[in-house]
Amino acid sequence: MMKFKTPKKGRIRRELEKRAPRIVETGRKTLILQGMKTSGLLNSVLTEIYHLKKESSVRYTRKNDNVRPFESGGETSLEFFSQKTDCSMFVFGSHSKKRPDNLIIGRMYDHHIYDLVEVGVENFKSMESFVYDKKLAPKMGSKPFIAFIGEGFESVEELKHLKEVLLELFRGEVVENLNLAGVDRAYVCTALSSNRVVFTHCALRLKKSGTIVPRMELVEVGPSMDLVLRRHRLPNDGLRKEAMKTAADKPKKKEKNVGRDVIQGKIGKVYIPDQQLGDMNLPNKAKGVKRERREAKMNKQANGHAPKKQKGGSN
Amino acid sequence: MEEARTMQVDLGNLMAFDSGHHFPSLPSSREELIEKCLEKGTELVQAVADALFNLPSTEDVDGPIVKLPPPTTKLPREKHLPKPKPPTKWELFAKAKGIKNRKKDKVVYDEQTGTWKRRYGYDRVNDDRDVPILEAKATDEVGSDPFAERRAEKKKRVEKQNKNRLQNLKQVVKAHALPSHIQLAATALPITGTQAAPKKVSKDELGNVAGLAATATASGGKFDKKLPGEKKPKHEQKHRKFLPVAEGKGQGSKEKEQTDRVLNKLLAKNSHEILNVDKAVSMYNVKKEKKRSKQKRDDSSNSSKLKPQKKVQKKPFKKGSAKKGSEKKGKSK
Repeated sequence: MMKFKTPKKGRIRRELEKRAPRIVETGRKTLILQGMKTSGLLNSVLTEIYHLKKESSVRYTRKNDNVRPFESGGETSLEFFSQKTDCSMFVFGSHSKKRPDNLIIGRMYDHHIYDLVEVGVENFKSMESFVYDKKLAPKMGSKPFIAFIGEGFESVEELKHLKEVLLELFRGEVVENLNLAGVDRAYVCTALSSNRVVFTHCALRLKKSGTIVPRMELVEVGPSMDLVLRRHRLPNDGLRKEAMKTAADKPKKKEKNVGRDVIQGKIGKVYIPDQQLGDMNLPNKAKGVKRERREAKMNKQANGHAPKKQKGGSN
Repeated sequence: MEEARTMQVDLGNLMAFDSGHHFPSLPSSREELIEKCLEKGTELVQAVADALFNLPSTEDVDGPIVKLPPPTTKLPREKHLPKPKPPTKWELFAKAKGIKNRKKDKVVYDEQTGTWKRRYGYDRVNDDRDVPILEAKATDEVGSDPFAERRAEKKKRVEKQNKNRLQNLKQVVKAHALPSHIQLAATALPITGTQAAPKKVSKDELGNVAGLAATATASGGKFDKKLPGEKKPKHEQKHRKFLPVAEGKGQGSKEKEQTDRVLNKLLAKNSHEILNVDKAVSMYNVKKEKKRSKQKRDDSSNSSKLKPQKKVQKKPFKKGSAKKGSEKKGKSK
C-alpha cells in the first residue's frame, strides 16, 4: 500500500526542505570516510581535510570494506550514505600495497555516482608541522582564494577533471555577499607534470599598499601534499548533460507597485497607514510633559484643598 | 611590466587560473619548489584581490561587504532541477472560471456572540458544534437526530476533501514533482544504487511461493487453510511407488524388473568401465537411423523438378568424391 507520509513536526519539515533540490545551488557537503585499511598518514590527511571543511562535511570513522567506488557493485553503500547524510561529494581514503595512501574523490548527482578521481598522497606535511604567527591562522569557514598554476590544468584531461573536483571540494559555500575583512586563506595548486599536483594551504596577510587593494602575502600554514593522479572516471554523456542543465535565468521578480503612465512616466502609489492619534508619541515630549505636569500640579493643589474639607465633612 | 597572461579569474569562486605558466625545469629541492609555487600563487591571489577589492562595497559593522558576482565556472549540479507542480483540480477550475484568491482576515466578527473570533481553530466563528437548537423542518423524520446528521455530513465532507487531496498528490507523483516534505511511503529511500522498480509478481510465481511455504509443513501443505481461489499444492504425486500385491496376467514380473534396475545401478556405480556399452549401442543405432532416413529424404527430394540447379550438380560430387577437381573441370568443358 502506498501512503503519503507528511511530517508532523515543523522541525522535520524544515530539515526535509533544506534537502530539497533547488534552482540555484550553494555548494556541496562532503562525506569523509575510509576503507578497509588505512595508514597513519592517510588518517591524518583525512582529519585535516575534515578540519578545513568543518561546517560542510561529515566524517565517518569506521572501516568500510564494502565500499569500492571503481567497481560496479561497490558504490551502493556510498549512495546510501549520501542519501542519509545529504552529502553529494565524498573523499574515500584507503591504503593497499598496490595503491598506497589512496584518496578517491567523487561527486554525486541525485545520490548516484557522477564521477570519480583517484589520487595518491605523497610528501604530506600536516598542519602541526608548520610554524607561523598564530594571529594569522585562518578562521574556520572563511571563503578561500583558490589558485591553479600550470598549463597542465588545461591541456591534460585528467588534470582538468581534478581541477574541477578540487575547486568544488575547497571553495566553500557560494555566497552573494562577502565581508572583505574575513578573507584570510588561499589554496595553491600547481601542476608539476601531467600527473602530479602540488597542493598547499596558506594564510593571507594583507599589507597596506597605496591603493584600496591591499598587498597579499601568502604564509604556508596548512597541510601540503603532492597529489599523484591514478585513475579517474568521467561521467557518461547523458548523465553529464543532465547534470549541467541550468534553469533559465531566474524570472525577474515582479516589481510591485510600479506602473507606467504615458503622461507622468513611472508611477507608484504611496500607502500611508492609518494614524492612531491617541497612541502617537508626541515630539518634544519634555515640553509637553512640563506643561502637563504644571497643570496637573495646579489641579491637584486646587483639588487638594477641596477633598480635605470634604474628608472632614464626610467623617 | 604587463605581459599578456592567460589568466582566468572567476570572481564568484575567488579562483584564479594561470594556464600560461609552465615550469621550464623542475627545481631541485622541495623548498625551492614550494617557494616558486607560493610566488606564483601570490601573483594569482593578488590578481583576484585586485578585482575583488575594486567591487562596490557597503560599509557594515564588521567590515566592508561586497556583492560577489555569480561564479562563471560551469559545474555539475548535485541534485536534479525541481520540477514544476501540476495544477490541482481546484486550480484548474478556478483558472477556467476566472476565480481569484481573496485575502481573508484571521479574525472575523461573530454576530451571535458579538465578538471577534478566529476564522478557524479553537473557539472559531460558525462552529458546527456550537449550535444549541436546531429547528425541525417539515421534511425531517420523527426519530432522526439532526445533530448526528450534521456530524455525519461533516465527516463526509472531510473524507471527500481528503480523497481529493490524495488524488491531487497522485497527479503530482506522476509528474515526479513531489514536494520535499511529502514522501511516498512504500518507495521511500531506495537503498540500492539502481532504482529497481517494484517487480510485479505473476500468478505462477505466487503459486510457486505458496507451494514452497507448503513444503515447510510436516504434512506438505495438505491441511493448510487455503484462501478462496487458491489451488491445491502441486506436489500431489506419491514419491514412493509400491508394487501391487497381486500381479496381473500378461505382465513380466514387476518385482524382477525392480530388482534388476537396482542391481544395474549398483553395478554401474562400482564398475570401472569407461564405456557404457548399452548407451553407446543405442546412440549408434539412433545415428544410423537418422542417416538412413536423411538419405531417403534426399533421394526423394532430388527427383522433384522444382529444386534449384545447385542440387542437381551436387549429385556428381557425391558419386566421385575423391576426384572432385577433375570432375568440375570436365563439367566446365
